[in-house]
Amino acid sequence: MTIDLKTVKHISKLARISLEEKKAEKLADDMNSIFEFIEKLNELKTENVEPLTSIAETTLRFREDKITSDNIREKILRNSPEKNDDFFVVPKVVE
Amino acid sequence: MTDITSLSLFELIKNIKEKKISSNEATKSFVDRSEKSKKLNAYVTENFENCLKLSKEFDNKPNYDLKLPGIPIAVKDLFCTNEVRTTAGSNILNNFVPSYESTITQNIWNEGGILLGKLNCDEFAMGSSNETSFFGNVQNPIAKDLVPGGSSGGSSSALAANLTPVTIGTDTGGSIRQPASFTGTVGLKPTYGSCSRYGIVAFASSLDQAGPMSKNVKDSSILLEVISSFDKKDSTSIDFKRNNYSSELTRNIKGIKIGIPKEYRVDGMPDEIENLWKKGIEYAKDCGAEIIDISLPHTSYALPTYYIVAPAEASSNLARYDGVKYGLRSSGESLIDMYEKTRSEGFGEEVKRRIMIGTYVLSSGYYDAYYLKAQKVRQLIKKDFDEAYNKVDAILTPSTPSSAFKIGEKSNDPVSMYLNDIFTVPVNLAGLPGISIPAGRDKNNYPLGLQIIGKPFDEQTVLNIAYSMEEKINYKNNISDWWME
Repeated sequence: MTIDLKTVKHISKLARISLEEKKAEKLADDMNSIFEFIEKLNELKTENVEPLTSIAETTLRFREDKITSDNIREKILRNSPEKNDDFFVVPKVVE
Repeated sequence: MTDITSLSLFELIKNIKEKKISSNEATKSFVDRSEKSKKLNAYVTENFENCLKLSKEFDNKPNYDLKLPGIPIAVKDLFCTNEVRTTAGSNILNNFVPSYESTITQNIWNEGGILLGKLNCDEFAMGSSNETSFFGNVQNPIAKDLVPGGSSGGSSSALAANLTPVTIGTDTGGSIRQPASFTGTVGLKPTYGSCSRYGIVAFASSLDQAGPMSKNVKDSSILLEVISSFDKKDSTSIDFKRNNYSSELTRNIKGIKIGIPKEYRVDGMPDEIENLWKKGIEYAKDCGAEIIDISLPHTSYALPTYYIVAPAEASSNLARYDGVKYGLRSSGESLIDMYEKTRSEGFGEEVKRRIMIGTYVLSSGYYDAYYLKAQKVRQLIKKDFDEAYNKVDAILTPSTPSSAFKIGEKSNDPVSMYLNDIFTVPVNLAGLPGISIPAGRDKNNYPLGLQIIGKPFDEQTVLNIAYSMEEKINYKNNISDWWME
């Protein structure tokens, strides 16, 4: 199996990473060599194996639906690249 | 007396408790040495002024009952520290100042530790040489232009160079043990679920685990005791009875059964690694352990499994970096354009590569072929260990397939870089505890490590074997301070 340039561009769209043409070609090469190495898994028959989703054999705990953090709105907003009063600002979404 | 910075953590604590050294004196020594060691590029953010101030406060009101009384400690820059910049080695978090503290660092401050600074690492902990950091390469104090390993490369470098008495790293596929092996230091990855992940910048959540890095085994046991705790804020934190690792530490390992997995004898493994392993087996026998040959048949499938599971989880975890609420933002004509430009400029090449792999294996039509397949093989790898542990108490292997390499030597070939983690990755996939201890040198005099892998939650046995073997091996790092002006 090979990953072509078209697929790389499609994946970069899904991953929301813009990609220059030259870099896309290099990335396709890298991904192909990595997947060549990953294909080794196909040697194994796994029809009857249960997938391992979590190593911690616990069920997720529930907690009370209660606010436990202090009022840190100011501190949170301080990290924002662009803000207006108490809001995060993004480029215009609706025309 | 000897230089304060060359003391072990245990000795430093003892001297502080006996009032032979004050916290401020100790802090000054580490700050001075760190100031003279900028060429190593181990720090991303220094906290020296504040650390000196807090050490004085400690000395004015000392509490010697604490486990880390007034001890300055630098930590990997993957742990969120309240009001202190936390970058994860990435441009996208260059200006990020957390408003909360990771549980592990909080545990350290609660026991009297003081933040000395934040240490360089591979970007989002993705790398084995610290070369993927936005903040540049880190030098290995062992020799010039040698990588310190990764991803906890700033941690291993600072520790080996005596810039911090002890440190913490994180380990997703070997990121504590491999840099420890490359710098002649000790690094322990605990059982998944024993040290809280709360406040650690996430890479691959089912594999990430933080742990101690130190100059000797005893120091790791002291630090593990502080950082290992059940934490409600981490949904996979496990509530089990934790040992008093340092006081229960013993060199008596008579009758302990240690397994030697034949599959770790990989093709093309250098003779010096093979010989180191053989010597390790002799040391273990000298310590009173019984050596048993075992088989872990799916070992060769661990790396391919890891390079599906880890990027898949990473692509999902790193979706949060969108330039909206924190971190870098690039300007774009529309919201989507802004996202795409921010992530393209904010992430480095290796991180983008892994996000792309992860997005691909999770994308429609490929999920079953890759991600589900990998999870099934992960089960087989775990079962190998489960079966081995019916026969043995622990497993002994080399830590890495080679010693430290030169900066730039492997950075153009991702697969050859990934092979570095061949002996450490299976341990993360199975969620087990593993330690790397320095055990010898190669022909260039670069350190080599041995890995001891334990049963889940049995850090004590892992530490005891390491403690016992450490005495027999009697390895001493030989650092020339070549980087000093």
